[in-house]
Amino acid sequence: MTTTVEAPGLDTLRSDLWTAVTGRDEYRAADIVLRALDAGTPAESVLLDVIAPVQARVGHAWQAGRLTVAQEHAATAIAERVIAALAHHPAHRPAPYGGRITVACVDQEWHALPARLLAEVLTLRGWRVDFLGAQVPTPHLVTHLHNTGADAVALSSSIATRLPTAHTAITACQAVGVPVLAGGAAFGPDGRYARLLGADAWAPDARAAARRLADGIPPPDLAVGRPVEEGLAHLTDQEYTLVVRARARLVRVVLADLERNYPAMAAYSAPQRERTAEDIAHIVEFLGVALYTDSDALFTDFIRWTAAVLTARKVPAASLRPALDALGAELKDFPRATRMLDRARLHLDEAVPTTDQPPGASA
Amino acid sequence: MGSPKTETGTSTKERFDPAEWGRPPYAVLVVDRAGTAVRTEGETTLLPGVEQGVPLPEGLSWLAGATAAVADDAVHQGGSPRPAVDGEFAGRRFEAHPTRRADGEVVWWLVDHTARYAAEEALTAERERTRFLAEASNVLLSSLNSERCMAATARLAAGFLADAAVVVAPAAGRRLPVTRAVQGQDVTQDMIVADPSDVPGLAEALRGFPPVPSRWIDPTSLPEWLVPDGFDTPVGSVVVTPLPGHGVPAGALILLRADTRSGFSETEETFARLFAARAGAALSAARLYAEQHSITRTLMRDLLPPRLHRVHGVEFAGGYRPSSSHERVGGDFYDVHPGPTASDPSLVVLGDVCGKGLDAAVLTGKIRNTLQALMPMADDHERVLQLLNGALLNADNTRFATLILASVLRTENQVHLRLTSAGHPAPLVVRDDGRVEEVATRGSLVGALDQVSARTVETSLLPGDTCLLYTDGITEARGGPLGGELFGEERLKRALAECGGMPGDAVVEHIRMLTAQWLGDGGHDDLAVVAITAPRTTHLSAVDGHTRGRYTA
Repeated sequence: MTTTVEAPGLDTLRSDLWTAVTGRDEYRAADIVLRALDAGTPAESVLLDVIAPVQARVGHAWQAGRLTVAQEHAATAIAERVIAALAHHPAHRPAPYGGRITVACVDQEWHALPARLLAEVLTLRGWRVDFLGAQVPTPHLVTHLHNTGADAVALSSSIATRLPTAHTAITACQAVGVPVLAGGAAFGPDGRYARLLGADAWAPDARAAARRLADGIPPPDLAVGRPVEEGLAHLTDQEYTLVVRARARLVRVVLADLERNYPAMAAYSAPQRERTAEDIAHIVEFLGVALYTDSDALFTDFIRWTAAVLTARKVPAASLRPALDALGAELKDFPRATRMLDRARLHLDEAVPTTDQPPGASA
Repeated sequence: MGSPKTETGTSTKERFDPAEWGRPPYAVLVVDRAGTAVRTEGETTLLPGVEQGVPLPEGLSWLAGATAAVADDAVHQGGSPRPAVDGEFAGRRFEAHPTRRADGEVVWWLVDHTARYAAEEALTAERERTRFLAEASNVLLSSLNSERCMAATARLAAGFLADAAVVVAPAAGRRLPVTRAVQGQDVTQDMIVADPSDVPGLAEALRGFPPVPSRWIDPTSLPEWLVPDGFDTPVGSVVVTPLPGHGVPAGALILLRADTRSGFSETEETFARLFAARAGAALSAARLYAEQHSITRTLMRDLLPPRLHRVHGVEFAGGYRPSSSHERVGGDFYDVHPGPTASDPSLVVLGDVCGKGLDAAVLTGKIRNTLQALMPMADDHERVLQLLNGALLNADNTRFATLILASVLRTENQVHLRLTSAGHPAPLVVRDDGRVEEVATRGSLVGALDQVSARTVETSLLPGDTCLLYTDGITEARGGPLGGELFGEERLKRALAECGGMPGDAVVEHIRMLTAQWLGDGGHDDLAVVAITAPRTTHLSAVDGHTRGRYTA
C-alpha cells in the first residue's frame, strides 16, 4: 500500500497535519486530509499512515511536556472531526462484506481514537461495524451483543490499569459466545496480557487486527464453559483484592508518611498536595494491576515511565523513591507486592541519583 | 482345578470331574490349538451348535483365535492370571476367562454378561445424553440473541441427534426464518418464502400440536427448501418436533437422517423432545428479550440526551452519564432548541430532576416536551419557568427539578448569552486565556412552590470562550485519591481553567474524564454537561461531521 514513491507524500502530509492540529486549525486539518483523498491517497493510508502517527506524536509530545493538556485535547477533538469528515468522502465507500464487528473501549478507557481508527478501517474493508466509543460499561457491551449477534468484539484499552476491567469484559463477551480480539497498549507490546486474560486473539495494530478478523476467530466453546485462566491462579492469595480495596487508605498513609519525613511538604498548596496524592494513588493502582497480572515488569515499566515524565517536567525522578519506601513498609506482609516494590526501587536506584524531593512537588 | 502334575495330558485324574465339583454355573469349553471343542461342560445350552469333538462354529471364531494366542503363550507374564476376552455369540455377550493346560489346550470359562453389558451400554448412552443436555443448556442459555439461539439449536441437533437439522421459526409475515445445519458444516440462516404445510407435521408443530411420529413421515415427500445444501445423501428418516415456548411455540425442529443410517428409535424421538424443550425455552427467552428491548428502545428514544452540534455559528457539545451503568437514561437532561433563523436566539436547557433512574427520566421527558412547546416565548425565561412550574405542580408527581435556561445568539464573532438558573448550580465561563468566571444567576427550583422567581444574567463569549452548564453530579462526585472527597466547585473551576480556547467537545470530554477518574469505580449520581463555545477561527465551516452547509464561523 505504501510505495516508496508515495512515502515522501505521506511524510509531508504528516508534518502538515501536525502543524494544523497543534495549531488548533480544524479547517486546515480537514483540508489536508480531504485533499490527500482527492489526490488518490487511499483512505486507509490516510487513517493509519497520516492521522494515527500524528496522534501518536501528540501523545508523546504531551507526555514530554511539549504540549499542554488543552492542546492535546484540542488535537484529539480535531482528529475526531477530521475522521468524521473523511467518512463522508466518496473515496470512503466500502464494498459490503457481510460480517459484523463491534468495536468498543473498555469501561473508563477514554482514548477512543485507536478504536475509532480501527472501526473506520474495518468499515473500509467492508465489515458492518458498530462503534460503541470510549468507556463502554460491560453491561452495555453485553446488551449490545445480545441485540446484534456480532461475529466478534474488538476491545481496545490503552492504559494497563484497565486490565482487570478488560478481563471482565472479555469474559462477559465470551460467555455470550462472542470471541474477543484485544488491542491497545494496555495488553503489552507482544499481547502478553491479552493472552493472560484469555482473549481469543490479539493484534498489535489496526491492519493486523483487520487481517486477524478477516481470517476468522473461532467462537469460544460454550458447551464446556471456561475455568478461571490458568495464568491467574495467583489471585487466590488475595493480594490484589486487599491492595485495591485499601487504595484510599494506602494513599493517606503514604501521604502522611511523606509529610512526616519531608518537612518541605508542609509548604505545599492544596493543589500540590492533591497532585502528590494523585501520584501516589497512581502508583497504588499500577501495583494493583501488577498484582492482578503477576507482572513485575508492568510495575517497573510504570515506574520507569513515571520517572521519564517527571524528568520531562523537571522533577527529579528519584522523588518516587520515598513513596515506594512508605508503600513497601505498609505492604511488608504481602510477598508479591514486596517483590514488585523491591524490583522497582532497584531500578530507580540504578537509573537516577537520589534527591530529597517527594513526587508532585512541581505542581 | 489343580495344576497338571504330568505332561501327558490324557490322565483322567486331571480332567474336570463334575461329580466332585458339581455342575459349573458357566459354560466351560476346552479348546485345542486347532479350534476344536475338545470338551464341553456346564451351561452349554447358551452355546447352541457347540459340540464336543467338533470345531467351534463360525460365530465363535473370536474364541478360536484367542485360544491360539493363549496356547502359544506358555507362561503368561510370570504366571499372573490371563486377561479375559469379550465376544458375542448367539445374541449373547460373553466374557471368556482362559486357563492354559500343560498340553496347550485352553480351558475357557464363558461368563454370560449379556444383561450387564446391556446395562453398561444403556448407562453410557444415558451419560452421553446427559452430557449433551448439560452442554446444550450451557450453549443455549448463554445467548439472548434469537439468531444465535436458533443457530446453536440447529448445530447441536445436527451434531448429536441427527445428520442434519433445520430450525423453523414462526413466520414473520410471508417469510419463514429457516436455520439449517449439517453435521460438521457451517450453519446457514435464511428468510425464505415457503409454505410450512409442505412438510408433514410442520404446520402443526408451529402451532404447538404434539409431534408426528417419524414413521408417519415419508422422507421422499420433503420439499427441496428443507434439505440443507451440504446434505448430499438421500434423507432416510425425519422427525418433526415442536420447540415449546412460553405459551406460544418458539418454532419447530426438524431432524434428518441419511438413508444409510437406521431410523429414529422411540427413545431417540423422546430424547429429541427433551432437547427441544430446552431449546424452545431458550429461544422464547431470547425472543422475549428482543421484544422487550425493542419496546424499551422505542420508549426511551425521546429520553436519551440528544447529540449536539454546531447551530447558527455556535458550537454546542454535551456529555451525559447515567448513575447506573445498567441504564441509559436518568434524571439529568439537556436540549438545544435552534432558533428559527440565525438571527433568533437558540434555547439551551440543562436540568436535573430529583431522583434517578427510569422514574426520573420519565419526568425529564415531560419537562423537555413542555419546554419545547414554550419555545415561542423563550426570550422571557422567568415566564417560561413559571409556566413549567405550573405544569409540574398540576401533574401527578411529587418530584421537583432544577434547571438552567440559556438563550444563545451569535452576532459577528461574539456569542451573546442570557442565562437563568432555577435552583441550579451557576454556569461557569472559561475565557480563551483560561480565566474562569461564575455567572451569578439565581432562581427558585420548579415543581415545588406555587410561585417561582428568577434573575436572568447576560454575558458574551468571544472566540475561544466557553460557557459550561453542568449538573451537581459533577461537583458532588465523591472519590479522589484519598477517597470519599467531593469533587467540588473549586476543583471544577481549576479544571476548567485549563480549557481556555479548547473546542467545546474537548472541554466536555476533559471534564467528564476528570470526574470519571475522580470517581474511580465508585457509585455516583447522574452527570450532565453542556458546553456553549464561540468558535475560535474565522474560516468557513466545512467539517463538523454534521455539515449542514457553510456558516461563517
